[in-house]
Amino acid sequence: MLKKLSLMLAGAMSLSAIAQTQTITIATVNNGDMITMKELSSDFKKKYPDIDLKWVTLEENILRQRVTTDVATGGGQYDVMTIGTYEVPIWSKQEWLQPLDALGEQYDVDDLLPAIKSGLSVDDTLYAAPFYGESSMVMYRTDLMEKAGLKMPKAPSWEFVRKAAAAMTDKAAGVYGLCLRGKAGWGENIALLTAMSNSFGARWFDENWQPQFDSKAWKDTLEYYVDVMNKYGPPGASANGFNENLALFQTGKCGMWIDATVAGGFVTNKKDSEVADKVGFALAPDHGLGKRGNWLWEWTLAIPSSSKKSDAAMQFISWATSKEYAELVAEKKGWANVPPGTRASLYENPEYLNAAPFAQITLDSINSADPKNPTVDPVPYVGIQFVAIPEFQGIGTAVGQQFSAALTGRMTVDQALQSSQRLVERAMRKARYPK
Amino acid sequence: MATNSSNKTKVIYTLVAWTISGMIFFPILWTIITSFKTEAEAISASPSLFMFEWTLENYTQVLARSPYFDHFLNSVIISLGASIAGLLVAIPAAWSMAFVQTKRTKGLLMWMLSTKMLPPVGVLIPIYLLFRDVGLLDTRLGLVIVMTLINLPIMVWMLYTYFREIPHEILEAARMDGAGIKEEILTVLLPIALPGIASTLLLNVILAWNEAFWTLILTAAHAAPLTAFIASYSSPEGLFYAKLSAASVMAVVPILILGWFSQKQLVRGLSFGAVK
Repeated sequence: MLKKLSLMLAGAMSLSAIAQTQTITIATVNNGDMITMKELSSDFKKKYPDIDLKWVTLEENILRQRVTTDVATGGGQYDVMTIGTYEVPIWSKQEWLQPLDALGEQYDVDDLLPAIKSGLSVDDTLYAAPFYGESSMVMYRTDLMEKAGLKMPKAPSWEFVRKAAAAMTDKAAGVYGLCLRGKAGWGENIALLTAMSNSFGARWFDENWQPQFDSKAWKDTLEYYVDVMNKYGPPGASANGFNENLALFQTGKCGMWIDATVAGGFVTNKKDSEVADKVGFALAPDHGLGKRGNWLWEWTLAIPSSSKKSDAAMQFISWATSKEYAELVAEKKGWANVPPGTRASLYENPEYLNAAPFAQITLDSINSADPKNPTVDPVPYVGIQFVAIPEFQGIGTAVGQQFSAALTGRMTVDQALQSSQRLVERAMRKARYPK
Repeated sequence: MATNSSNKTKVIYTLVAWTISGMIFFPILWTIITSFKTEAEAISASPSLFMFEWTLENYTQVLARSPYFDHFLNSVIISLGASIAGLLVAIPAAWSMAFVQTKRTKGLLMWMLSTKMLPPVGVLIPIYLLFRDVGLLDTRLGLVIVMTLINLPIMVWMLYTYFREIPHEILEAARMDGAGIKEEILTVLLPIALPGIASTLLLNVILAWNEAFWTLILTAAHAAPLTAFIASYSSPEGLFYAKLSAASVMAVVPILILGWFSQKQLVRGLSFGAVK
């Protein structure tokens, strides 16, 4: 009888355990740091055996389309979403995200880098936790720079970049002085050119949401870009995005490359890069106006309002963006592979600074980026390489196509700017700005 | 003299056919070759066609990182389910349009085809909301329903074309022998139109297998087919071409094998009634 009872009790207990197990679905991008997170999630399972994880890993654009559809319709397919700094202010304003107010006492919110924390908060409430962050910087070949008789300053100007590009270019040997993004898209050439234009004193809109492509500052930006790319850039630059330029740089075809700080790990990786031990880093260039051409991007983890498992999702986010997670990655993959750009403590760690030669430049770049005051003149929007309004994906890509046409010579710089001005004016009128 | 000229023409036609086939097949060949390269070799500025160190590393990594067989099973169920469900509706629909025509039949056919002209994103939100409310998001059943509806106009059109080639007299004779509609379709029409039905089925399996808008939007972790599996290997930041190629090869091989073994049936069905 007793045996029967204890069996029944055990059965009931196991049933109750099954009933308590929750499965959360995590949507994420196919970037190296996220793949590592997925690999190491067995550690989370050990700590939280009652939470199962289901992963949906997708290419960035497909992921954006999918999670936007889901969050806007309250579909509830995902419990944790990987989103960028572009989405966080828009989505939190729409109340599509749950506030992250239960990350735990040990989480140490104050350790998050101020620029990052500010970009992910609305009225001091955190709506997304940073997983890894990046700015942009100059990566250059130290051997070619030396051969050209130049020394890269820690904080170069655009004029120095032009001079160095001219000196490093050797087209006969297949070496191009400067590689920049040329592929049309709001996350492609527009990311680079918007950040670059900030340093030239340009802005997308004035305080009354009037497009500013007819300004001298935009003309200076685009003329500089088209000129240096035509003279010192690789052939077919209008098709080049991050990966194409990475391939060119790693195979020794670029003297300088200005792009995401996350590339620092790729170009110094001896397994893939032929120039791993000949790379130097510097801050993104400026034009003497007080703003540098660096951007700020953060991949973050957030909980959609439609999630019914927000407690479990919160526990996962707390684990994945904690200091302990950074230590776990360091232990399993080495310090150089710890997700960068989120916590101040990482940049105080001598082991990390030793393993990642680009660490200090990354930190300085992130700290110098101010998404709430991105331009020389005041603007009504948030965002450095983007404008955080829902219409930006559409208009950003359309303007990117005009700029790409200017690069290929299908349009003059003036025509590209006029056309951009017209199409952005039309889009903003249609969207009824100023709101 | 005439034979010489005819031989020359034959050689030219053969060369042209091989060139066109080569051009069509080259991207697939390139993908297969890239899947055996390292990531560094895959992005090399001077790529090699065969002279490189062949590796299976991409395949082992892809298999370790993703539940390939779950995605494969989802693809099989969704594409076969949608094609069979589609046939069950399309056969009677095409029969009525081919043999019981009214003055509105042509208009109806054109209307059905016009639904294919609508960009899928135009109906995304209503379908998503509907699926959310009835609990069909991220389910195989939901995708079978969507795939069936998407491909139905093509199935009806294809079958209608095949059925039109069948002499009415045969069906009339069956009717005079006392066959009802059910017997007429099952015992007379279907055996005659079998090649057409088989090619319609195969073509729709291929279309459903390759569909990459709805299958990506309406699924998450449970019902995601091979299209989602491929999409997980592209990245805007980092090297991925070799692994993406391996994932693509693993996703298309099953359907290529199916196409290879059924090519005779497929060509026979597609050319059915093309030459009178």
